[in-house]
Amino acid sequence: MQRFFIPLTIVTAAMFVYAPFMIIGAPYESTMGLIQKIFYFHAPVAMTMFAAAFTCGIASGIYLFTRRPGADRVALAAAEITSILGIIVLVTGPIWGRKAWGVWWEWDARLTSTLVLWLIFQAYLLLRRYGGPGSDRLAAGVALFGMANVPFVYWSVNVWRTLHPKTSVVPTLQPGMRGPFWYCVIAFLLLFTLTLHLRTRLEKRRAELEALYLAAEE
Amino acid sequence: MKLRVMLAALLVLMFSAAPFLAAQSQQPSAAQEGYVPVDQLPKPQDTLPAAPLLATAYAFVWLLLFGYVFSIWRRLASVEREMQSVSRRIGPTGGPTP
Repeated sequence: MQRFFIPLTIVTAAMFVYAPFMIIGAPYESTMGLIQKIFYFHAPVAMTMFAAAFTCGIASGIYLFTRRPGADRVALAAAEITSILGIIVLVTGPIWGRKAWGVWWEWDARLTSTLVLWLIFQAYLLLRRYGGPGSDRLAAGVALFGMANVPFVYWSVNVWRTLHPKTSVVPTLQPGMRGPFWYCVIAFLLLFTLTLHLRTRLEKRRAELEALYLAAEE
Repeated sequence: MKLRVMLAALLVLMFSAAPFLAAQSQQPSAAQEGYVPVDQLPKPQDTLPAAPLLATAYAFVWLLLFGYVFSIWRRLASVEREMQSVSRRIGPTGGPTP
């Protein structure tokens, strides 16, 4: 990963610089108009948040069964990224909803389950910070519940009656909208990979620093 | 007599069905199945402008992501500095230098 880090960073930065031009060039949606363009960041960020939640859940599962410190570091990094992406989803969604639906928030299945997902990862991070010794294993259990919540969030729009657009929107996107959408998905997934690598490295260096302090004391 | 009973039954049925029908009419409209692209923006039907909301949303995403990446970089740099400082204190032998 170290070898590909700088080229990937350059590619990701270039993609984010070009993204607004692609979004401006995309056609307007017939009923929502200009505000629908939030979709090109909102939905890819939500998809990346799901990927981050799955990464955290899988790494936590590995840590629970194998006790590998590397898996725990990846889980912690992914949980923090899930939390950041969750804030973006929970802020851009209501901005879109205010114009499209006339309300900032609706306690429907999709919005509420997304909020619950974000709260689970907040609980994970709080446990890691203030839980004391042994909180890493407890937090790993919480992460598994967070991961289990992802399919509910995804399918909620198809199962319950909601104002939120259904999952069929993405596969049925018209060519003019499909390109910018998948472009943004790739850009956010690349950004996730890079930040996950950086954040995991930070945790590794912190562990090494702790070991150094212990060596200095002895 | 039979007509009165039938009328009363009809009234009871109407009153009991009224809340249900009212609730049905307040249900949100069905979610969109797909997006339809257009070349021109539709004429505005309300006074809430979309452009400032859109700009706010994109600015928020950019600022938050930039701030987060910057915070990781700063934390990493701080740990690296601290590691160098502790390594110097320990010295090449592994124990603390006098």
